[in-house]
Amino acid sequence: MLRIEGLQSGYGRIQALHGVDISVAEGEIVALVGANGAGKTTLLMTICGNPRASAGRVVLAGEDITGLATHHIMRRGLAHSPEGRRIFPRMSVLENLQMGAAMADPAHFAQDLERVLGLFPRLAERLHQRGGTLSGGEQQMLAIGRALMSRPKILLLDEPSLGLAPLVVRQIFEIVAEINREQGVTVFLVEQNAFHALKLAHRGYVMVNGKVTMSGTGAELLANEEIRAHYLGGGHG
Amino acid sequence: MGGKARALAVDAALGGLVAAAMALPMLGVRLEDGATGLSLGGRFDWVLWAAGIVAGGRLLIGALRLTLAGRGPSLPAPPRALITYVGWAMVAFALILPFLPFAGRNMVDKATLVLIYVMLGWGLNIVVGLAGLLDLGFVAFYAVGAYSYALLSQTFGLSFWLCLPLAGMLAAGFGLVLGFPVLRLRGDYIAIVTMGLGEIIRVVLQNWQDVTGGPNGISGIERPSFFGLSFKMVPPEGSRGFAEFFGLDYSADHRVIFLYFLILALALLTNLFTLRIRRLPVGRAWEALREDEIACRSLGINPTTVKLSAFATGAMFAGFAGSFFATRQGFISPESFTFHESAVILAIVVLGGMGSQIGIVLAALLLVGLPEWFRELQQFRMLAFGGAMVLIMLWKPSGLLSTREPAIRLKDAP
Repeated sequence: MLRIEGLQSGYGRIQALHGVDISVAEGEIVALVGANGAGKTTLLMTICGNPRASAGRVVLAGEDITGLATHHIMRRGLAHSPEGRRIFPRMSVLENLQMGAAMADPAHFAQDLERVLGLFPRLAERLHQRGGTLSGGEQQMLAIGRALMSRPKILLLDEPSLGLAPLVVRQIFEIVAEINREQGVTVFLVEQNAFHALKLAHRGYVMVNGKVTMSGTGAELLANEEIRAHYLGGGHG
Repeated sequence: MGGKARALAVDAALGGLVAAAMALPMLGVRLEDGATGLSLGGRFDWVLWAAGIVAGGRLLIGALRLTLAGRGPSLPAPPRALITYVGWAMVAFALILPFLPFAGRNMVDKATLVLIYVMLGWGLNIVVGLAGLLDLGFVAFYAVGAYSYALLSQTFGLSFWLCLPLAGMLAAGFGLVLGFPVLRLRGDYIAIVTMGLGEIIRVVLQNWQDVTGGPNGISGIERPSFFGLSFKMVPPEGSRGFAEFFGLDYSADHRVIFLYFLILALALLTNLFTLRIRRLPVGRAWEALREDEIACRSLGINPTTVKLSAFATGAMFAGFAGSFFATRQGFISPESFTFHESAVILAIVVLGGMGSQIGIVLAALLLVGLPEWFRELQQFRMLAFGGAMVLIMLWKPSGLLSTREPAIRLKDAP
């Protein structure tokens, strides 16, 4: 579904990714965990074409999308829920969801809306409220729901747990699992919260300083001593 | 309470001091034309008046704040239905205004001027209020519209009705061209660059003597006709006059009233367009872009086309308004398109509450109508402008009507 080969990228002269190889198969949930500043967000942004990759390839469903403009990449069955949620604060929840469907066929808007509101009943209750007045968890739901409105084949999630209470994090991760299980959406998830992410994911990668240092199934990585010591703080949760 | 009262008095005294310092060179000194030539005279009583008014004003505002402090938010946002009713009432009033007994020619003329600014405000609102691009050179497109009509009409003898869409298209074209350098910029930088571009257009108009007539401008611009019926006292050969056709006595008022309805129609067209387009994907993309450009990109929206379309659309309405201005005045020169105009239009949009259609009407009434009403006071006219601005900023710092209404609702929604 998504294959990343030897990807290098960065901002100006600062290189953030030093040759990253990752593959995500159709129907999988793959988690990329790592510390702050490891380059996780940069990787997602580079997949989306901003910043452009300086070397390596991104292949989406057999098509090389490296170097395409962001808005062209986003029309190829890929959706991105960006870091920090980035919902439209002065627009209503419904308008936010409409924006998510901006590039989709308007014929199935009603159907997609129903599907997303089914996943996030909280959004249905707040449909005409301004996005900025939602709680953090609701905003995250809105960000994911908005991304789903374009009927993506693969969903890129950037830190969905950021700044949320543990209970809300669990809720959101359950919904991500449901999106994957029930609707067959492939998920590539980037997280600092390694415990939840690896528990959810089929497979995982660990990123340190712009390089992938470890990979394996979610269970394998969770059991790994080094990961427990570095990212799980002795295994809480 | 004692401490607060003292703080209030100190604040008022400081305000008075600042006012006195500013008024001294501006009001306190004047040139006097005496028998022995020019001499410097004092007018210190005026300085005292200015200082007193400012100090008193500060005291009053401070006292009001203190007494109102405990009462919670002063006014809830007016409900949506009310705003709609007020809007329709305003349209109805505008339609019958020229026929009201107290509305003389003078009043209709002033209303026409206010409507020009309402239309410009609504046009700029697309760029600033919806798309969030801070455009300080909007008057450039107004100028392009005005000169387009003047030149097309004088060179090719085209009628106003043919020139109107052409002027709009030309202005939109300029919007696209001037939009390009702005694409990569954000916020304040857009303001600086658009301000420069606006001035460039004016300077070109001023210096391109062969085409634009330079500082002398273009005079004798064709007045509009009512579907071919002239408003002139003596209609040109082979055509009939408006008054004659409808069996009325000739009156110069007919043209004034016609121009009023013309700008009313143009302004309402702008309004209708904005209200409609907010519900369409393009309009929604403009608003989303104002909110968060990065999020827009990640939703597959191309910010380049979205920004350019907003720029061009706003420019088109300024072009329409410009042609109207040219045909109303019959004379245009670069003088009419200075930076001051851009600033006034932007003030109308910002004080109206960024994105609120009715707020813009109210702001235009206050900022353009009020100084016109005070025209008899001559040099104090601009005080009304400044005063209106200060009052709005004190009373409603985020604009007169700053609540944004969602463009769509589901039918079963509360």
